[in-house]
Amino acid sequence: MSALLEVDDLRVTFGSTAAVRGIALKVEKGETHCLVGESGCGKSVTSLAVMGLLAKGGKREVARLSFAGDDIRDYDEKRMSHLRGDRMAMIFQEPMTSLNPAYTVGSQMTEVLRRHRGTPRTQAVDRAVQLLTRVGITAPGLRLGQFPHQLSGGLRQRVMIAMALMCDPELLIADEPTTALDVTVQAQILRLLAELQKDLGLGILLITHDLGIVARVADRVSVMYAGEVVESAPTAELFRAPRHPYTRGLLSCVPVPGKVKRDEPLGSIPGVVPRIPPGFIGCAFKERCSYAEAACASPLPRRYIGPAHEMLCILPEGSGA
Amino acid sequence: MSTVLQPAGASSRRRIWRNAGALLGISIVGFVTFVAIFAPWLAPYDPFTIDLGRRVIPPKWMEGGTPTNILGTDQLGRDYLSRLIYGARVSMIIGVATIITSGIIGTFLGVMGGFYGGRVDDAVVFAITARLSIPVVLVALAVAGLLGTSFTLVILVLGLLLWDRFAVVARSTTMQIRNLDYVAAARCAGCSPIIVLLKEVLPNIATHLAVVATLEMALAILLEAALSFLGLGVPPPLPSWGLMISEAKEYMFFSPWIIIIPGIALFILVLGVNLLGDALRDMLGTDLSR
Amino acid sequence: MLHFLRRRLTVAILVALTVLTLSFLLTRLSGDLAISIAGPNATQEDIELIRSAYGLDRPLWVQYFDWLWRALQGDFGDSYFFKTRVSRLIMERMPITMTLGLCGLFIALCVALPLGILAAVRENTWVDRSVLMVALIGQAMPSFWLGLTLMIVLGLNLGWLPISGTGSWQHYVMPSIVLSFSAIPSLMRLTRSGMIEALASDYIRTARAKGLSRLSILVKHGFRNAAIPVVAIAAVQLGFMLGGSIVIETVFALHGVGYLAWESISKNDFPVVQAVVLVLALIYIGLTLLSDLLNAVLDPRLRSA
Repeated sequence: MSALLEVDDLRVTFGSTAAVRGIALKVEKGETHCLVGESGCGKSVTSLAVMGLLAKGGKREVARLSFAGDDIRDYDEKRMSHLRGDRMAMIFQEPMTSLNPAYTVGSQMTEVLRRHRGTPRTQAVDRAVQLLTRVGITAPGLRLGQFPHQLSGGLRQRVMIAMALMCDPELLIADEPTTALDVTVQAQILRLLAELQKDLGLGILLITHDLGIVARVADRVSVMYAGEVVESAPTAELFRAPRHPYTRGLLSCVPVPGKVKRDEPLGSIPGVVPRIPPGFIGCAFKERCSYAEAACASPLPRRYIGPAHEMLCILPEGSGA
Repeated sequence: MSTVLQPAGASSRRRIWRNAGALLGISIVGFVTFVAIFAPWLAPYDPFTIDLGRRVIPPKWMEGGTPTNILGTDQLGRDYLSRLIYGARVSMIIGVATIITSGIIGTFLGVMGGFYGGRVDDAVVFAITARLSIPVVLVALAVAGLLGTSFTLVILVLGLLLWDRFAVVARSTTMQIRNLDYVAAARCAGCSPIIVLLKEVLPNIATHLAVVATLEMALAILLEAALSFLGLGVPPPLPSWGLMISEAKEYMFFSPWIIIIPGIALFILVLGVNLLGDALRDMLGTDLSR
Repeated sequence: MLHFLRRRLTVAILVALTVLTLSFLLTRLSGDLAISIAGPNATQEDIELIRSAYGLDRPLWVQYFDWLWRALQGDFGDSYFFKTRVSRLIMERMPITMTLGLCGLFIALCVALPLGILAAVRENTWVDRSVLMVALIGQAMPSFWLGLTLMIVLGLNLGWLPISGTGSWQHYVMPSIVLSFSAIPSLMRLTRSGMIEALASDYIRTARAKGLSRLSILVKHGFRNAAIPVVAIAAVQLGFMLGGSIVIETVFALHGVGYLAWESISKNDFPVVQAVVLVLALIYIGLTLLSDLLNAVLDPRLRSA
């Protein structure tokens, strides 16, 4: 049985800059797959490329892009627009600016249903109310008539989630949905997403830079660096036994209360994320890697370490630890 | 994050386009300035000499034209090309003199308001609002009608009326700078504010004002032409392009060239000044004057 | 918002009073009005007669307050030349000027809005550059010259339209076109930049992510936001057009308020000049208030501010 979303060898370029350099990932139905990495690693671009929402000037090449078994690789804008909002939905990082200030919450929610299903207004409104309640918004009737600027950030993000669910999508792509919110609100939103996934069987592709979020909600993790997925594994296994030097570096950067000793310097990875020139071959991480050797300058093999655990590195198993 | 990145080809195309515009603007303004300055040497004849025996002769390339007067003669037999060349003087002098006058007034008001804030600023904003409510053409005409037409009067009136954009831009840029250099000014708490203004504020707003100056110059040239056209601008026999159009109005249906030529001259000059302004604005990367 | 409007209203009234004063001073610029009215051939007696007849022998501040008091009641005095109430003269001519202004604005919007949207959607292509060039050309064109040229081409050579007067709707076509030229460049640029900004915004990305139709994204979401400043500016542009109507009206011999002002200036008919300046300024002030109101109505964010 094919996965809900399958991406293979996705490449995205903006002019001469390669933002995404051949990544592969799968999202199963009912599973949360987290794509994690630093700013600039190409994770947001990946999500936009999958949805066909790249900005002007972005070129996408992909060997395989399938959604619920259908090959959507060559879908034109028109066909994609019928998928988007209906069977695949996306929510973004900035709830403050992601809603149109000129229209009410209600009209922005109902228009999705009316566009994709032709639902008459009253029914669409009922569904909107139902969803607003589901995402934990009180007095939904009142909220429908309000404008975005009258809602707080947390509320707006809930509205975004509710809006994304209007047509009962199968896949939800969430691009850093909690980054712009307070910590307490973050927790609420994450809990909400987990509940919705359980109830609706949603497949979720969650983009984030926060390993804490990954630990909480992800079934599977893909770690991105400089446009490539350097390691991909089920969450528990990644945290238990990270193999790629970058992953290990990332995890060591996160201070764990109780484990970190006083006066001990916090972990960090020396150097900065490099800019990848076109035609680059080899490992992008080698300048910052303490295990780097000459062989790292040649094309890297994708290696399988365990079932469903793969990484992009020549390090043999058992080394480092 | 949806960044709008352009592929390399488009941005260099845009740059070429912008450079072409700037080049054209500079060439036009430069050319007209040259013509205005060297008019006595460039003009084939005296623009005021009337020759009633040779009136309304068409340009050389049209039927009835003669090689003696390349662009023909006007309704009083004066050589058209010479009048056109001297007309460049009128437009350029009025344009430059007006922006100097209105520039000084507007900049002064704007900087005062932006720098001191509070009641001073309220007064400046009020003055700007009041000035914007006044129908400029009408008032300029009325003043000319009452006081009689003269070259200096046109400059004075336009200068006293066209300072609003200078004030707006000077005010907003001064406010930005005041916030930035507030620390410096505070440290300078021994320096008189005038020194601070002259040394800190003015140099920083100069380029923005230059952009406004080009826009206002274009406007001044067009306004002078309109005033002269209505007979209340530059007095005859001075060769203002607007006045030339007005004087030749009666003949326009039979000899359309007689009004088309000065109109084209006006159009090209104003276009050049606007292109220059656009080029300056691109260099700055700001768009405060709109 | 009510507080904001109240403040604007106060400012507007103060500005109106200032303009009242300025227009009064305007006509007193030339020194002795009596001499100007009497004309070059008058004797000293005639001048004195005129001076007392028109109340010009009273102290200046008395004349000012008299004018102010009457103006506030809509009484602008009598025209020296037409021998009727100035207010009536203005009322008779105003419809023509208003029609001209509104037609000009209508044409300007019909041209500027679609072109601005087109330029924004096709940003940095030849379409965009052509549109910007149109704006440049419109800005550089002297209106009176354009009027005359159109007269020659459309009126005389092709005989499509009448060249002067106000007989029928055809008489308004050329003047309205010329008038619209003054507003098109700025409206077009504003629409274009507003649309570019709107289309680059996050809520447009959300609209695309929702799979909405292209038209809906462009018009319903994009233009709706970009239009807010354009509508506000359009109201102000109308004010500018009315103020500048004098040139067009004289070229095309349309007997509107502008033409009236023109006649009165040439005849030194001061009460009329004073009143026309005032009325046009008041209309402009009213339009800027309207523009603020429109802004508030169209932008929900301002309503609760």
